[in-house]
Amino acid sequence: MKILVAIKRVVDFNVRVQVKPDGSGVATDGVKMSINPFDEIAIEEALRIKEAGKADEIVVVTIGVNDAQQQLRTALAMGADRAILVESESEIQSLKAAHSLLHIVEKEQPGLVIMGKQAIDDDNNQTPQMLATLWKRPQATFVSKLEINEDKALATREIDAGLETIEIKLPALVSTDLRLNEPRFVKLPDIMKAKRKPLDVINIDETVTGFDDKELNIENYESPQPRQKGVMVESVDELVAALKEKGLV
Amino acid sequence: MSKILILAQHDGSSINQSTSKAVTAAQQIQGASIDLIVFADDVNTIAAKASKLAGVNTVHAVTTSNENWKLAQGIAPKTAELSANYSHVFGPSTTFGKDVMPCVAALLGQNQISDIMQVIDATTFKRPIYAGNAVITVKSNHDKIVATIRTASFKTGDMTSGSANIENHSIEKAQTDTKFISLQAGNSERPDLQTAAKVISGGRGLGSEENFELMYKLADKIGAATGASRAAVDAGYCPNEMQVGQTGKIIAPDLYMSFGISGAIQHLTGIKDAGTIVAINKDADAPIYEVADIGLVGDLFKIVPELMEKL
Ligand SMILES: Cc1cc2nc3c(=O)[nH]c(=O)nc-3n(C[C@H](O)[C@H](O)[C@H](O)COP(=O)(O)OP(=O)(O)OC[C@H]3O[C@@H](n4cnc5c(N)ncnc54)[C@H](O)[C@@H]3O)c2cc1C
Repeated sequence: MKILVAIKRVVDFNVRVQVKPDGSGVATDGVKMSINPFDEIAIEEALRIKEAGKADEIVVVTIGVNDAQQQLRTALAMGADRAILVESESEIQSLKAAHSLLHIVEKEQPGLVIMGKQAIDDDNNQTPQMLATLWKRPQATFVSKLEINEDKALATREIDAGLETIEIKLPALVSTDLRLNEPRFVKLPDIMKAKRKPLDVINIDETVTGFDDKELNIENYESPQPRQKGVMVESVDELVAALKEKGLV
Repeated sequence: MSKILILAQHDGSSINQSTSKAVTAAQQIQGASIDLIVFADDVNTIAAKASKLAGVNTVHAVTTSNENWKLAQGIAPKTAELSANYSHVFGPSTTFGKDVMPCVAALLGQNQISDIMQVIDATTFKRPIYAGNAVITVKSNHDKIVATIRTASFKTGDMTSGSANIENHSIEKAQTDTKFISLQAGNSERPDLQTAAKVISGGRGLGSEENFELMYKLADKIGAATGASRAAVDAGYCPNEMQVGQTGKIIAPDLYMSFGISGAIQHLTGIKDAGTIVAINKDADAPIYEVADIGLVGDLFKIVPELMEKL
């Protein structure tokens, strides 16, 4: 079985992004960029499935600027076999991303697609579900445990009510939650080896022919409303008194 | 005029409050007419409950089989089909809505507006990005708007005095590639975290699963729900459904009391809409104090027992 992992280059989760004063976007110049944390988990899961002898090839794909090759190289250093950059100089929205990935899926014919449940930049949480729908295959979203049994997979999903288990027929798409695994660190020799692994670059236009994009307009960016400054109390008695005064206990 | 279809969430016996919050958001669109769509194997009982939501005209009640109502692939196609005459399709921004609604959007050829926190007008909305570090204003110029509604931003409305019509539908060909197996549900004796007025929340500072009992005891003392940081869930102190934050639950209780939580941005985005935030941490420089309305610096293992006594 071949596994396709789709990843995204995002502002590192440790960076506190700032809105530009003119409201035209967030300041990302010179900011540290990384693989979206959920996507790192997706790569790790694919590696574990391969190491368990249930997959023979891992292809990692991203849609992004030319510099996104860095993130693909990291994925290759983690252990992916081959990478594809779908190059797009401009930012694209989820539906276009899903259509572009569908093109790759149809070409690669994977038995399993693994993606992060959401990108921590736009927090949209929609591209995996859209891709599964366009591909007309089952989805298991927000997965914290995955078991592959030949032509089926048993997926445990983190949902508001607890843990839900569903069975999906392969080929299928899985989106990862945080507790699925802990991604490995890359070692220096692996980074050297990754430089020799194949990385193809294609232009996004080749992947979305005939697609009618219905982009949403982002009219403005602003900082969130700050909360009012609070008070510090010195003792439990003062805390209880403050809560009583507000009528909260 | 806006015609809005809302996907109702339920657990088989009652309508989830997130549905009502989506209705509240829809009512903020001038002159909107609002209908619901609800799926269940035994749909009549739950459709009757859905019809009680005030402000709803029609409930589309769709009968499913083999628990397909729990599965995105089981309900997205019919939702997309029935949305033909609507200008908007909304769902709650819960794990249920997040699972299904992008499928509906894809079937309708639209991008989804995720996590609406404010309605500006029929086609313009505000939503958070970057874990709430920025808020964007999004406008759609297309014939159909598909969106999820951030539950912490809208109030639960009247869920008992409505009298909507019920229209029955069926699914011609049920999908069989995805199968519901089981649900391991969390504790249901305490109030529900997403709708509770008070929440007691613990972090890595609790140190162990046994120590986390302190949080349950304090919660029971004041009738609160319990929450947690990701670190506490990852460490196995408490179950996953208690995680609050960017990738957990976004909540807006009147009172949020945190113990041994540092206040990472990913956690804070889940509590920004809380009425009063109380922080208890032994580190006076913890970022949680930047958002706390009331802060007390000290060892939680001394403070919690004292609180138990004095509350
Ligand atoms: C993609 C991504 C998504 C994430 N999503 C979430 C999310 O949804 N929700 C979430 O919570 N986190 C999330 N995180 C994790 C987040 O970044 C933090 O790591 C996490 O919130 C830290 O949890 P904590 O505050 O319990 O632990 P820590 O940061 O370790 O803080 C523990 C605190 O306890 C205090 N303490 C220790 N002992 C005591 C004591 N005896 N008395 C009083 N105080 C004490 C310490 O001073 C410290 O401030 C996410 C991270 C990533 C990368």
